[in-house]
Amino acid sequence: MSRGWIQIAFTLLIVILFVKPMGRYLVKVFDSEKTGLDRVFGPVERLIYRVIGVREDQGMGWKGYLRAVLLSNFVMMLLMYAVLRLQKVLPLNPDGLDNMPPVLAFNTVTSFITNTNWQAYSGENGLSYLSQMLAITFPMFTSAATGFAVAVAFIRGLVGRRDDLGNFYVDLVRSITRVFLPLSFVAALFLVFQGVPQTLHGAVNATTIEGVTQTITRGPVASLESIKHLGTNGGGYFGTNAAHPFENPTALTNLVHILSMMLLPTALVYAFGLLIRNKKQGWAIFAAMGFLFVVFLTTVYVAETNGTPALSALGVHGNMEGKEVRFGLSESALFTAVTTAATTGSVNNMHDSLTPIGGMVPMMEMMLNNVFGGKGVGLLNGLLYVVLSVFICGLMVGRTPEFLGKKIEGKEIKLASIAVLTHPVIILVPTALALLRPESLSSILNGGFHGLSEVLYAYTSGAANNGSAFGGLTANTNWYNLSIGLVMLAGRYISIIAMLAIAGSLSTKRVVPTTVGTLRTDTPLFSLILVVIILIVGALTFFPALALGPIAEHLGM
Amino acid sequence: MARERKRLLTGEIAKQAVWNSFTKLDPRAMIKNPVMFVVEVGTLITLLLSIWPNALGVSTAGRGYNVSVFLILLFTVLFANFAEALAEGRGKAQADTLRKTKSDTVARLLQKDGSLRDVPSTQLRKGDIVRVETGEIIPSDGEIIEGLASIDESAITGESAPVIKEAGGDFSSVTGGTRVVSDYILVKVTTDPGESFLDRMIALVEGASRQKTPNEIALTTLLAVLTLIFLFVILTLVPMADYLGISLDISTLIALLVCLIPTTIGGLLSAIGIAGMDRVTQFNVLAMSGKAVEAAGDIDTMILDKTGTITFGNRMAAQFLPVQGVDERTIAMAALQASVRDETPEGRSIVELAKEQGVTWEPSKYEGAEVVEFTAQTRMSGLNLRNGIEIRKGAVDSIRTYVESLGKHVPSDLEELGNQIAKQGGTPLAVAMEGHVYGVIYLKDTVKPGLKEKFAELRAMGIKTVMCTGDNPLTAATIAQEAGVDEFIAEAKPEDKIEAIKREQAQGKLVAMTGDGTNDAPALAQADVGLAMNSGTMAAKEAANMIDLDSDPTKLLSVIAIGKQLLITRGALTTFSIANDVAKYFAILPAMFIAAIPQLQVLNIMHLASPQSAILSALIFNAVIIPLLIPIAMKGVKYRAMTADKLLTRNLLLYGVGGMLVPFAGIKLIDMVISLLR
Repeated sequence: MSRGWIQIAFTLLIVILFVKPMGRYLVKVFDSEKTGLDRVFGPVERLIYRVIGVREDQGMGWKGYLRAVLLSNFVMMLLMYAVLRLQKVLPLNPDGLDNMPPVLAFNTVTSFITNTNWQAYSGENGLSYLSQMLAITFPMFTSAATGFAVAVAFIRGLVGRRDDLGNFYVDLVRSITRVFLPLSFVAALFLVFQGVPQTLHGAVNATTIEGVTQTITRGPVASLESIKHLGTNGGGYFGTNAAHPFENPTALTNLVHILSMMLLPTALVYAFGLLIRNKKQGWAIFAAMGFLFVVFLTTVYVAETNGTPALSALGVHGNMEGKEVRFGLSESALFTAVTTAATTGSVNNMHDSLTPIGGMVPMMEMMLNNVFGGKGVGLLNGLLYVVLSVFICGLMVGRTPEFLGKKIEGKEIKLASIAVLTHPVIILVPTALALLRPESLSSILNGGFHGLSEVLYAYTSGAANNGSAFGGLTANTNWYNLSIGLVMLAGRYISIIAMLAIAGSLSTKRVVPTTVGTLRTDTPLFSLILVVIILIVGALTFFPALALGPIAEHLGM
Repeated sequence: MARERKRLLTGEIAKQAVWNSFTKLDPRAMIKNPVMFVVEVGTLITLLLSIWPNALGVSTAGRGYNVSVFLILLFTVLFANFAEALAEGRGKAQADTLRKTKSDTVARLLQKDGSLRDVPSTQLRKGDIVRVETGEIIPSDGEIIEGLASIDESAITGESAPVIKEAGGDFSSVTGGTRVVSDYILVKVTTDPGESFLDRMIALVEGASRQKTPNEIALTTLLAVLTLIFLFVILTLVPMADYLGISLDISTLIALLVCLIPTTIGGLLSAIGIAGMDRVTQFNVLAMSGKAVEAAGDIDTMILDKTGTITFGNRMAAQFLPVQGVDERTIAMAALQASVRDETPEGRSIVELAKEQGVTWEPSKYEGAEVVEFTAQTRMSGLNLRNGIEIRKGAVDSIRTYVESLGKHVPSDLEELGNQIAKQGGTPLAVAMEGHVYGVIYLKDTVKPGLKEKFAELRAMGIKTVMCTGDNPLTAATIAQEAGVDEFIAEAKPEDKIEAIKREQAQGKLVAMTGDGTNDAPALAQADVGLAMNSGTMAAKEAANMIDLDSDPTKLLSVIAIGKQLLITRGALTTFSIANDVAKYFAILPAMFIAAIPQLQVLNIMHLASPQSAILSALIFNAVIIPLLIPIAMKGVKYRAMTADKLLTRNLLLYGVGGMLVPFAGIKLIDMVISLLR
């Protein structure tokens, strides 16, 4: 086990080393500082602005910004839907795949526009190359960039003096041209070097040693893989995702995948500190998120290493079921903790096959949805809990609660409440509804506690815009496609609307100067409070459901 | 009445509160408090189940269990109502006392032809002129337009010593309900019936016009959402358990719901707010809104007048200055004799100073002496000894007139001495005995004792103090240093005060100030918290959002402390309430599922005796914690001035960590008692 720990520690060390430089770079991108890169990207960006008719220096109020977010996302959804429904007649379909059925297409479109990447379809035999590129890879860039833009807009509202959150289209374009495109280009090249396919040619027919003909699907895999992780998207080219040898062939690709997932969510927290000109504040939030992450990671790793009593009785130590031997226990546990912390949703092992406690970890990370979290929205969710913590603790120092000098009052609490309420409701209510419908019960593979976990996991994954599947559940039915689709939409946009409204409200507030009478939010004590509030408000809500799922299952082992 | 106000609880109020706890069960009233409304609905459902156990599906729990849950829930709601009723009760009692003052006075309305006509006070309108004589109650708020009188304001302020009011100047306003004890005045009515100061005061202490304050609204929202979340948690738990073949009792589900929603803070929230306002009233400060009290907690800067606020206002004897030909000891002796029966602060300070200089007096010498009180007309006070000797002290020109009227000579350097003192910012008080002027007492500004420490406390809390004075910069600097204020504005004109407030506000700070004069009114209105003195003008009182009935400007410090205490109490009890959930989960969840999933027994870390006793114990704890915390809600959590970091650490340990641990012990204890009783 100690070798596993060293492996994990090594990976996390690299993650931490990248935090500062990447964070600083992000600030340059979003603060529109002049850099040498302007000469490279400037002309391309200006061309794009001219084509879509955007004036670079024109700021947007929170309503304008929100309108731009929703409108652009809606237009992209329509485009993606059209591509999926018409893929049979559209080009780049060498294997002649049929159009996607409407409900499945709805599910797929919402899944990718919301950065969830829940895959009810099977990638290798359901999507043409054009669909893979336009309905899968394209939104992988835009949804991640949208999340980034919204987070940055929120930060601008937090420190701003007027209702000007920046220009959404500029933020969207810059994060694609300056962050996602260059990074994924480099990562894709490395993946190709490690043996990940990148081709537009159709599937290959091979004859195996036994003389059987086998169809081996391939395609533009590397380009998808790189943005899949950098954008914390998670939708694999192949159904088995990052456990597939074409997606994740070696230990090195596994490392690159993990780094890609953690790179931007962690750096963004640091960038937050820089943008608000209080690095300590950034680190305080980083510490709270990091602490939760380490706790979850340790839990899943220990649970998997301990295995189950039944396995131990057979002399098998550790639970290797559902895991790839080339990754082993530690890399699988780490991947699991990372993919659900950063709400990527790609998997290199089957979460359904984790021990009950091991399987509870990804579920809990998604229920909290702010252990670094998905692109931009993770930080937003973290800040949502910061606002709540500030409100409760601020009262305890005898002042109207304030964060970064802005008063947190009735309006902000009302909006924050909407966001806080949404997450548990869109997980628990659909889970309960699914369990009430005999038709949807038939999708469950295992009965009992584990069956409950399967359904709970599916909606949690959708609500958190994670997209990872527990497995076991046959999710490609009209009920699940529709309900999870709606859950993904609510999980994404309700909190974005609420948070941008908070940003708008905070942006026009006068800044109260800091004194010794002010609640300090950049201290270790505050990090601790944040952790406790996240656990009590965020996790205790799910305690009854978890007690009937993984906890009961674990105690029955 | 002031003393009455301070009594926390009388039998009468408690009795009334018990009754009101039941009348408040009216759902139309309950719905304003979403948390307790949910509990009430739960109570009704369990009542239904107590009568027909199978009304909502087959129940395995016995009727007795349902009845127990129903009773505990009922008491939970009643306890919360009791807390609110109790807080309101104290205000109502005060309002009743005030109302007695108000009832049925007859006013003597001045007619155009100059005659007087008796009318009921309720018929007076703005602009009417009434004549009020000795022993009569002033029928309405107004300004004195003619005359001078001493007025007993104890009905409003609780202070029994009468105050002198006169036409013109800053002391011309009178309040309806107060009594003229000497002389007569003509008063121009300034308010219409129902809008008078007394009316507003009654409405305020009674809480009739009480509106939720901004922080209270925000907190209520948060509590409502937490309630809603847990409602969803419990509702969705049913199908989940159903899927696993576990049927859950409705009363148990309601018990879990009630335990998880923040009933503790939900039940006490309005009591905290009412009691906070009430505490301000107990300090004899009238806050026009709860918002103002809350804002007081947020104050960053205090602008204080030097005179009367920081210093006693030119009133303490500092030196005895003899006229030519008199030695220091003689003047000290004369000053002492003039003041031995003078109980005013000036008089006592003179006695004190003489004692310090080694001058003593023989009490027997003054037996039977007649005390001459200070009056506004004579501006002198003193003694007439039995042997006919007259001793006087007073304003320099009054003494001069007095001595001249006796046909005696006024020393040539008296005027000079007086001017000298005045130039230094002090007040001269001439002393004469048997018609001879002996010299002058130098009354000097003295910083009030204990203020320096208070200002240091404020600094520790992050509040800046600014002193405003008409003195020259040199004198101002001396006093500022002596008092330990952070900044001062010398040679300040009323406009300077507004400028200072605006400057601070531009930096995002909240500013508090006190004032009494008409020219303070704009600044009082501009400040976020303006405390007007009751002795001040109507204009000042109307501009301010708080009025100090004792006219003591240092009250502002207490008001700030109360504002902070109010917010801390809310925060602390919210934290306590939320932290409680951890233990309650561990009590109820295993109990709910133990029959179907025996392995969940591991979660029963408190080793509670049986599932039913576990649930009832948690529920009982949840109910009794409300009355147990009523004293904290009413008095506010203990508050001492310290930095935010220290305050947070302290309160987190007490109410956060405490809130997590206390229910474990409490529930276990109740469970042991229940098992013993079986």
